[in-house]
Amino acid sequence: MNENLKTSNIIPHIILIIGVIVVAFPIYFGFIASTQNIESILHGKSGIIPGSDFVNNYLEILSPDKKILPGISIWRLLLNSLIVTLLITFGKTAISIISAYAIVYFKFPFQKFAFAVIFLTLMLPIEVRIVPTFQMASNLNLLDSFQGLSVPLIASATATFLFRQFFMSIPNELCEAARIDGAGPIRFFWDTVLPLSKTIIAALFVILFIYGWNQYLWPLLITTKQSMNTIIIALTQMISHDGTTPWHLVMGVAIIAMIPPICVVILMQKWFVKGLIDSEK
Amino acid sequence: MEKRSGFNSKLLPYLFLAPQLLISGIFFFWPALLAVWQSFLKEDAFGLKTEFVWFENYKEIFHDSNYLNSIFITLIFSISVTLICLISALILAGLVNKIKAGKYIYQTLIICPYAVAPAIAGVLWYFLFSPSIGYIANILNILGFNWDPSLNGNHALILIILSASWKQISYNFLFYLASLQSIPKSLLEAASIDGATPIRRFIDIIIPLISPTTFFLFIMNLIYTFFDTFGIIFTTTQGGPGYSTTNLVYKVYVDGIVNLNLGGSAAQSVILMIFVSLITILHFRFVEKKVHY
Repeated sequence: MNENLKTSNIIPHIILIIGVIVVAFPIYFGFIASTQNIESILHGKSGIIPGSDFVNNYLEILSPDKKILPGISIWRLLLNSLIVTLLITFGKTAISIISAYAIVYFKFPFQKFAFAVIFLTLMLPIEVRIVPTFQMASNLNLLDSFQGLSVPLIASATATFLFRQFFMSIPNELCEAARIDGAGPIRFFWDTVLPLSKTIIAALFVILFIYGWNQYLWPLLITTKQSMNTIIIALTQMISHDGTTPWHLVMGVAIIAMIPPICVVILMQKWFVKGLIDSEK
Repeated sequence: MEKRSGFNSKLLPYLFLAPQLLISGIFFFWPALLAVWQSFLKEDAFGLKTEFVWFENYKEIFHDSNYLNSIFITLIFSISVTLICLISALILAGLVNKIKAGKYIYQTLIICPYAVAPAIAGVLWYFLFSPSIGYIANILNILGFNWDPSLNGNHALILIILSASWKQISYNFLFYLASLQSIPKSLLEAASIDGATPIRRFIDIIIPLISPTTFFLFIMNLIYTFFDTFGIIFTTTQGGPGYSTTNLVYKVYVDGIVNLNLGGSAAQSVILMIFVSLITILHFRFVEKKVHY
């Protein structure tokens, strides 16, 4: 309280503003580039305020009969990304919540074993077993399919752990009361556990949406057809290393590809923060 | 955990576990076992004959100067990104926690990069630093600095360190903010009455209290730089020039998918799995200790 009030109020803001500028700079500059024509970008004259080609560039990218890569429009790419992301999000939530329920609310032989098996999957990120997983998916004829793009990413155990942790914090009395009322395990799950889990599901939705939308290595391997690509893969394929990259369009597509996850984070910030902090466990 | 009441059913728990176990079996355990098996095999150049060679692939890896180099690159990369992210996130979180006005706006802007795909982060930074068209590259040029990440390995390494750090700061920021908010105000006020300066209070009270978060973030940042930065490297430097930005995961990809050296790539996968297992065990040991049921 004895510190000088004025300076202690202004200096943090100044540092924070610098920090925010650094953090926002790459996105802002990407946006600026997406409003320029290609000549001013190639001559390094893009400046720091939006150019005059904003409408032109975005109309060109978004027009349904314009192909941003041979044979494919941005709408198809966005649709692919959305389908894959929702499959991963709902699939992972669904299988994790029931497996965590089984582990916490039932006593059965092999319980410890099942838990250990799920725990083990935490140690095997897809990046380290990429070649055999790819061979597996290819043997199962999953190349260029939505199942192939989503199912191998669904099983990881983090969501199961989150639900398990949460279920263990639900008071035992609730379950006892339900049993006295004659409710079976499915009724108890549906009427009590699922409604109580609403906030945690919302938090997971945000985390998994971003995870699914932003996948790169797996979709890169599992798709061979242009028409099955996700928006992120298509974006990186627009870059050619011989100097003919249409940077004004690339940056426009980058901005568009960022919008869905950024919206999800901003709109659901509260749950997202809660979910991240909870998933620490 | 032991005394929890539950249900008795012979069939239901297995039914509930089946989808997860099935998918894990097909896409986790079988491929992982396959990787172990493949790491003992050697295929001839045409893929016609495979031979069981015991630890030959492992021996070869550790005689491959590119592999040893990629261990070194991974270490430099991980440690730089972790340090940059921990320090800058702590400063930002400390300031946001301190101010009153505009908290929500700062917080929202700082967490945006979390939502950006690593591959897009790579594209943005590649563009910013691209010689003759990039904004930052041009500034460096004007300052007389001959910047070219496609020729100079150190420049390429700096580029991926910056892009990877940029993406991870938001994550660390959120955890530090949560951790700082949970420090009791009374503790800091008491210290302040005893005459402790803000810097003393920070070193003697805040740093020890947030050390569990720092440990957690340290582990998470290591895992992030090891595994989640593939998209960044792929879109900025593609592991080059030479092998100067090829980290361990990128090398698994290059050897397995590009060069089709399955045995060598599998052996590298197995080494990485052992590494992740150690980290996971370390992490859970720590979490189990911290959380009291």
